[in-house]
Amino acid sequence: MHAPAPRSIDWAALRADFPILQQEIRGRPLIYFDNAASTQRPRAVLDALRHFDEHDHANVHRGLHELSSRATDAYEGARQKVARFIGAANAEEIVFTRGTTEAINLVANSWGAKFLKAGDVILLTELEHHSNLVPWQLLAERTGARLRFVPVRVEDGTLELEQLGALLTPEVKLFAFTHISNGIGTINPVAELCRAARAVGAVSLVDAAQSAGHLPLDVQQIGCDFLAFSGHKMCAPTGTGVLYGRAEILEQMPPWHGGGEMIVSVTLEKSTFKTPPHRFEAGTPNISGAVGLAAAIDYLEQIGRDRIFAHDRALTEHAQVQLAGIPGVQVLGPREERGALVSFVMESAHPHDLTTFADQQGLALRGGHHCNQPLMRKLKLPGTTRASFYFYNTHAEVDAMMEILRAAQRYFG
Amino acid sequence: MNAELDELYQQVLLDHAKRPRNFGEIAEGAVHVHGDNPSCGDEIHLHVRFGEDRGVEEIKFTGHGCAISLASASLMTMKLRGRTAAEATALATALRELVTTEVAEPTAALGDLRVLGGVRKFPQRVKCAMLPWRAFEQAQAGNAGSGRVSTEA
Repeated sequence: MHAPAPRSIDWAALRADFPILQQEIRGRPLIYFDNAASTQRPRAVLDALRHFDEHDHANVHRGLHELSSRATDAYEGARQKVARFIGAANAEEIVFTRGTTEAINLVANSWGAKFLKAGDVILLTELEHHSNLVPWQLLAERTGARLRFVPVRVEDGTLELEQLGALLTPEVKLFAFTHISNGIGTINPVAELCRAARAVGAVSLVDAAQSAGHLPLDVQQIGCDFLAFSGHKMCAPTGTGVLYGRAEILEQMPPWHGGGEMIVSVTLEKSTFKTPPHRFEAGTPNISGAVGLAAAIDYLEQIGRDRIFAHDRALTEHAQVQLAGIPGVQVLGPREERGALVSFVMESAHPHDLTTFADQQGLALRGGHHCNQPLMRKLKLPGTTRASFYFYNTHAEVDAMMEILRAAQRYFG
Repeated sequence: MNAELDELYQQVLLDHAKRPRNFGEIAEGAVHVHGDNPSCGDEIHLHVRFGEDRGVEEIKFTGHGCAISLASASLMTMKLRGRTAAEATALATALRELVTTEVAEPTAALGDLRVLGGVRKFPQRVKCAMLPWRAFEQAQAGNAGSGRVSTEA
């Protein structure tokens, strides 16, 4: 069990835990506002990786020697930690993947291949990142299943949930949706969506890439069948990710990758497979990555995700208020209830020109479609400029961004 | 602001981005190429009418994009109208060299196009500057009708 979170947080001290943030870009202090793409790693995570590589590394699950035992303990310990982190009933429900994208592809390939047939419907939303859209397009092509979408309201970026009843027909076998939109910040009522899916017998999948490191998550409270997230968006290394699957569903799913680690016995003709989660982890896994993920979880839990959420929310609101004061700037997405990002367009500057301009002042923003091409099309925008925050960002940085945006407006205006 | 940025966004470039020249379509007899840059959503619809000898008789464009791609398209249309096939090809080659390699003395023939040289310091933006030119090369290669070109293809 992790230690209880302290009463108050010294955010400035936390910031000092991130070596990468202590640098200047072209003579200006780095302002890193691209956290929705990838967050930075604290020293605690970097140290854990280094310690593991210097002392404990070996392959897992098969060596009968000391290092292999240590590595296996570390790897399986990380699995236990992830299970607690998201409120899973047991660690066997946690499959390690390379990230959210691979987790979703796993479901599409394994569950989808077994349970979907021509005429079935996969229900998605218009808010989805390409990684929660393209795997289903591929699956639909293979199986003859059809895709259907919950529309997004152009005015405020929320889903048209009043249409859910009409869309969730008995042909819907799977309902996959994002928790927080990476493009415009909408937070979806995931528990309500999972309930609605279950009511028609559909399996639910939550894309938690933007939420896992930002707010407390409990898969049993949410009531989802699957939930996917990435380590690198929550202070862990890249190449780490998690698929949570409810035990009784994972048990019914066939392997999707074949190889070592996932088998019980192999003859030249045929193999039998391990139970979940190992059935879905063929080959040597990202062992040190899992160690880093566990260290990141410890780090985040010391702060407390409820506190992180409150901090990020205050920062985001501050940014929204400031942006509203700049004429010619339009902020997209919901006014309230939003994730830790602001996505906006500036009349006088294209997102890529604005992003280049900001970069010259040491401000890392993201300009473009954010892997949300269909959403951008719906909003009739070629793209947006996005500032996405994490707990190590400060109000002073948001104020500095506003100065840079005003300067950009003068420059391009 | 810093020098590199000012070299990228020279006044001439910003002026062409804000008031693109030859912005429009050619009603008849033109080759049409749709160019896009899917990573940033830039799109250009290029219309070129070639003469008997494949010289550029008329050239126009529509579309939307960042300052660099719009200015590049605008400057390109001004430069290419009335050029022979060989001259147009040489300009396309010189432009590509200008934005991708360290050239001591850019070809004088490039004229105003030399403002695009600032892109060289911004490798992520080279494809913005090249998009209209790639569309033009596609138009040159095709005989008639419509074509497509994409920065990601």
